Amino acid sequence: MHYLFEPGFFSSAPVGIAFVIGAVSAIVSAIVGVFTVMRGQSFAGHALTDVATTGGSGAFFFNLSPLVGFLGAGVLGAGAMESVGVDRLRGRDVATGIVLGFATGLAALFLYLDTTKSASTGVSQQILFGSIFTLDPSTIPLVVVMSVITLGVLALIYRPLLLSSISPDLAAARGISVRVIGILFMLALAVSVGLSSIAVGSLLSTALLIGPAATALRVTRNLHSALIVASVMGVVVTWVGIILAYDSFYWFTSSQGLPVSFFIVALIFLAYLLSGLPGVRRRTASPTAAAPAHSLERAAG
Amino acid sequence: MSDVPVLEVDHVSVSFGGRTVLDEVSFDVRRGEFTGLIGSNGVGKTTLLRAILGLQRLDSGEIRVEGEPLSRHNHRLGYVPQKVALDADIPMRARDFVALGLDAQRYGFSRRTKAQRDRVDEILRDVDAERFGDSRVGSLSGGEQQRVLIAHALVGEPALLLLDEPLANLDPKSVQEIVSLLHSVASDHGVAVLLSAHEMNALLPVMDRIVYVTNGRAASGTTDEVVQSDVLSALYGHHVDVLKLHGRVLVVAEPGQDDAEIPQHPTLTVN
Amino acid sequence: MFSGFMVNAWLIGSIVAVVAGVLGFFVVMRGSAFAAHAIPNGAFAGAAGANLIGVNPLVGLGVFSLAAALGIAKLSRRGRADAVTALALVMMLALGAAFLSQSTEYEPAIFSLLFGEILGVSTSQLWPVIALGAVCVIAVAVLYRPLLLTSIAPDIAAARGLRPERLEVIFLIILACATTMTVPVVGALLIFTLMIGPPAAARCFSDRALVAMGLSVLIALTTIWAALACSFTTNWPVGFYVGAYSAAWFVIGRLYVVWRRAYGRSRRRRSAVSKDVALIAP
Repeated sequence: MHYLFEPGFFSSAPVGIAFVIGAVSAIVSAIVGVFTVMRGQSFAGHALTDVATTGGSGAFFFNLSPLVGFLGAGVLGAGAMESVGVDRLRGRDVATGIVLGFATGLAALFLYLDTTKSASTGVSQQILFGSIFTLDPSTIPLVVVMSVITLGVLALIYRPLLLSSISPDLAAARGISVRVIGILFMLALAVSVGLSSIAVGSLLSTALLIGPAATALRVTRNLHSALIVASVMGVVVTWVGIILAYDSFYWFTSSQGLPVSFFIVALIFLAYLLSGLPGVRRRTASPTAAAPAHSLERAAG
Repeated sequence: MSDVPVLEVDHVSVSFGGRTVLDEVSFDVRRGEFTGLIGSNGVGKTTLLRAILGLQRLDSGEIRVEGEPLSRHNHRLGYVPQKVALDADIPMRARDFVALGLDAQRYGFSRRTKAQRDRVDEILRDVDAERFGDSRVGSLSGGEQQRVLIAHALVGEPALLLLDEPLANLDPKSVQEIVSLLHSVASDHGVAVLLSAHEMNALLPVMDRIVYVTNGRAASGTTDEVVQSDVLSALYGHHVDVLKLHGRVLVVAEPGQDDAEIPQHPTLTVN
Repeated sequence: MFSGFMVNAWLIGSIVAVVAGVLGFFVVMRGSAFAAHAIPNGAFAGAAGANLIGVNPLVGLGVFSLAAALGIAKLSRRGRADAVTALALVMMLALGAAFLSQSTEYEPAIFSLLFGEILGVSTSQLWPVIALGAVCVIAVAVLYRPLLLTSIAPDIAAARGLRPERLEVIFLIILACATTMTVPVVGALLIFTLMIGPPAAARCFSDRALVAMGLSVLIALTTIWAALACSFTTNWPVGFYVGAYSAAWFVIGRLYVVWRRAYGRSRRRRSAVSKDVALIAP
């Protein structure tokens, strides 16, 4: 036990905060992520994290809290992507790319202005790679509230979301407004990205979004178990990552530790690769897991 | 012109996923013949077409094109796949797409010769696609795109044209147009046509021969030979009746049998 | 603006624009936007790692870009492509972050690798860029027709004996090569923008593939020239202008498409009417 938890671990308040916020954002990311992967929107999800970078760096420039920046930019970006390229799948990829490119350029601008504005270094690091050990405790309530709201919205639109993810035509035929569901989902995606950007940074929140979800979809048969497996995996990975990151301060003589995000991402990547081993993967692939909605459409022809 | 059939499918068997998809299928296609590959979805038509194109490994049997065994690319075959998703944003005119049928495998750049351009014009005329030759290939309607795909497959002067469910997503008028187009391709230009469909009635007036597939097994011959109760019953493994009414064919299973396997015109009901 | 260190910036910027315009034409056509984004991020990790162990960053860039390209190609076949690409991308970013955290130049290094240092390009960087750029463009020129058919109709291409899967790997490798040369200059996050915006706009303006590719190069060139000029004047990062102008071109392109469709419709209606008139009045 002594080797796993380096001195000072249990008595440290920042670590406790990290645990709570990490777990909450991991759960939201995992649940939203399962739908994201199912809908084949991993690129959009990732693009939103880069958009969040813009928000974070802009927030710093305008003296707002980074959470506000992440969330605000995410919502704007989600709106832009959804409005520009809904219909054709390839058009959507290009639209996503354009928004991403523009947002990234804006992020470059803000980061540049940030560094000229104040002498403080480490802004980029915080925004891009997270600041889970240096979080302001006052952000906890906001994080929890936004998480509950997001999960609540998802629970509400759960069934129409599922149907429109698998087959937009079927959903439309049943009177479901696929467009509205799509927008709501993108908003949920934006919020979850914003939340996890606090914990692991905007560049790496993609991992929390996609990783546990993709892994869970590979090893489970149905949606419910996928959601549970993804959530559990997300939380476990986050906690282990925090522990390892804390410990890593003591590993190197430079006493510079490795970022939490690195450990979390590495663990997620490892888990995904391991899930591909024979015996771990489901033998019969169910249609929802093996193919995103659009190719299913084409296959059904 | 020799008597060697353009295509010989010789006791071909294919299985994958633990399932026998094709079981000792045999038939020939001769020069200029119009052959319909009829069977409902999932019976193995696409697998058979892929096997002919050399894209599917055979468990046993052989396929020969003009007497020669299959090679990786056979320019004597033209192919129109079932679904070609052509985005309206793709910057390519219909005539350029057809021209690509001449030299898609060649490396580097070269200006198209006058002979090549004339050939493209000629084939566009043959399929009646001249008027939209300069339009974007992705902006065409389903029927128009189908013609362009056929032109693309024909421009290299193949001996055999293979089409995978070309009629599936077309409206009845387009179905008629494409069928008569393919018929004239076969009879006027001597190109053999093998097309798969799940419904044979639209093809009855033009089909020279039929290959009727179910459960991975096939019966081939003229429509009169194959579309008979005894032949099809043997093929299905249970009794079916064949009714011919006003030039159309209806294949009916006995009550209680699984009708799902029987290719039917969607508006004609069974029982 | 045209003297001294800026000359190099203009030169390298132009080369990057040409390569991005040519490659981007196919990136957009093949729907490989995500891979085009992911591979440069792999390059980021490579440069960071090379920096840490004291090796020439270009080597690190090249090795990691290639690994990213091949990894994405291989893993995509077994899992769903977009999720795999996302994970690979992020894994490489995390590695890069880890490498950088161990070195002393954390902050500025991240910035320059992600957003580029085109105004600080030295003459010695010119030749590798020119060489690699030429290789990429020539490769695309040689494979032009097979790439075209496999991008638009892979089933037909397969039937003709072309190998769509193999061409995909080759294309990703060419992308990796282009990435290696451009990341030090315009940064990992921004070479991607040049490969998406200009080609996406270009294909709105022309129905012919070769013309569209030419326009793609032209638009990329004007974008980077404008970006360099503005950056020189305001001191703001080049990447910001590249992102903004690429997005602007894309919007212009889409508007043109909408206008053309509306104009085409009304023109057809008018000619249909005049045809009917001709029938009635001999």
